[in-house]
Amino acid sequence: MGRKILFITTDQQRYDTLGVNGSTLARTPVLDRLASEGIRYQRCQPTSVVCMPSRASMLTGQFPSTHGAWMNGVPLAIDAPSVAESLHDAGYATALIGKAHFEPFMDPFGRFAENSLASLGIPTIEQPWFDGRRGVHRGFDYLEFATHGVMGPLHYAKWMAANHPESLSGFYQVVDGDLNVNAAGGGDTGAPQVKINDVPREWYHTDWVAQRTIDWLGAQSNDRDWFCWMSFPDPHHPWDPPKSEIGRVPWKDVELPLNYPERASEREALLDQKARHWRAWYDGTLVSNYEAPAKWVPATMSADQVREVNALNAVEVELIDEAVGRVLKSIEERGWGDDVDVIFTTDHGEFQGDFGLLFKGPYHVDALMRLPLIWRPAKTTKTTPGVVTAPVSLVSLAATFLSVAGRPAPAWVEGDALPQSDDEARTRAQDATVTEWDSALFGVDVHVRTIVTKEHLYTEYGRGTLHEGNEGELYDLRDDPLQRVNLFNDPSLANIRATLHERLLAHADRPGDRAKPGILMAPV
Amino acid sequence: MASLRHEIRIAAAPDEVWAIFTRPESIPEWFPGIDSCTVEGNVRVIKTTIGLEMPEEILTNDPIIRRFVYRITSPVYRFHLGVIDVIEIGPNDSLCVYSTTAEPDALALIIAGATMGALAQIKHLAEGP
Repeated sequence: MGRKILFITTDQQRYDTLGVNGSTLARTPVLDRLASEGIRYQRCQPTSVVCMPSRASMLTGQFPSTHGAWMNGVPLAIDAPSVAESLHDAGYATALIGKAHFEPFMDPFGRFAENSLASLGIPTIEQPWFDGRRGVHRGFDYLEFATHGVMGPLHYAKWMAANHPESLSGFYQVVDGDLNVNAAGGGDTGAPQVKINDVPREWYHTDWVAQRTIDWLGAQSNDRDWFCWMSFPDPHHPWDPPKSEIGRVPWKDVELPLNYPERASEREALLDQKARHWRAWYDGTLVSNYEAPAKWVPATMSADQVREVNALNAVEVELIDEAVGRVLKSIEERGWGDDVDVIFTTDHGEFQGDFGLLFKGPYHVDALMRLPLIWRPAKTTKTTPGVVTAPVSLVSLAATFLSVAGRPAPAWVEGDALPQSDDEARTRAQDATVTEWDSALFGVDVHVRTIVTKEHLYTEYGRGTLHEGNEGELYDLRDDPLQRVNLFNDPSLANIRATLHERLLAHADRPGDRAKPGILMAPV
Repeated sequence: MASLRHEIRIAAAPDEVWAIFTRPESIPEWFPGIDSCTVEGNVRVIKTTIGLEMPEEILTNDPIIRRFVYRITSPVYRFHLGVIDVIEIGPNDSLCVYSTTAEPDALALIIAGATMGALAQIKHLAEGP
């Protein structure tokens, strides 16, 4: 038998929320141990800082400008390449349990399989594949979905409605009556997207995803390898973990984030150094994207609200850590402990108060772009544990899974397999990653490209509603790890800016076929 | 209020295109995601694949100018107006335009997104295999 693959993702989780990455709030002993046994990446970037494009990159091994799902609400083409199809071809049993989000959630007609499978009561559905064949949906034999609550047609929502209807009202209502991201506040501080949820822990979606994963693994035979994508919806907003757990991290004891100056004038001075849409969003004069509440003004956020959001986020991270522990224990008990590669990451980050902001949008800084990534290779490989400081990207995951399976990366994959050491990254000249943003919603379009090296984070804003096409940001990550001082117009750094500009041009001109950009079908 | 429009060119006579959707009860045949409907007078109630029911009022069904106008009357919509036009380009060449205006804005986007699938199906039915 070969190596099995447990791919664990969370949603909207910052790098610094893991103990091993410096968190002082959440205790994450399970993930910390995985990191100590494997490879911990100190600078992993997404291809996009919102869910759908980023997740599509994990599946396809392609940048959004290649796979075509360029913003939330744009479905990944049903016949887009999929690493799960390649693994399926290699004989792997394949499952995705939890949050997928390759297709829009807002789908009253149930036109997308992700939204109709639970109603159909079948584990997967036949679809066209990239190579012209037909096969299981995006290469997965088994699909069971959940998202950030109990509304909608997904499996978890239906399970809750059928089995625990009395607990439905405990969850925060993610969207308001206008179907915008809800701005209503809750908890002790009135922070947006916060609610005290009286749902018992064992019914919360984190434990549900873990249990459904354990059940699927339990049904697998010993004579077949498997690829299981276990995808937790948390710690993405809403921040409504089970009330029984919130005492783990008392919000009043939470220290404010390093990048949240308590004085408004200091926050505003930082924002004013950046491209103009930062301050406009903060002040409430601009809504550029759907992913944050349109009716919420970041400038109104109090320090206590930042504390409460960070506390509840940490609680959700701890629950995920414990859920991962349960799944790993079940794998050990099955006798697979030495044969499983475990890869843990997330799709993008979250401001959590940095610069006075919450949620996400076209803002390319570490809060949204620096991600936790851990690869614990199967113990049979006797891989030397280590830390990789070179920039790596989620676009490399597909090729990494295929390398684990002993399969060559197909031509459609744009990212090489993850390096296991800085030496390996150096040998491959893997020293930079690119993150893309394109959005066009209700008359506002934004286009952003960012390249990150060990030394610099460089962003260019393309021509759009808010930008002339000549704005940008440049941060020196060695001297300014919090990205507070924008050096874009510093003449002494003109050469560095020119070099990074050329590298972004090279990214735009990279070889390979591009899918036709998909069409916006829903806000998310 | 958001207003969106999608269109598709169809290699068929305009009357053939019009015939596909002018019967209100025909909507499950050409609108992906609508499983069934009932029609009483000018009220049509559609049922989607995921079991959602939406009542609609048909406002115009004009074969002369080939214009079908309806509104979704579910309370979740503060306003909705859907307009399907078939415009003659040539004897065997039509432009089918599906416009959606709605409030809340997000719903306009969702419905308009679905109308693209409807246009593709209308084209498929009009042009044949």
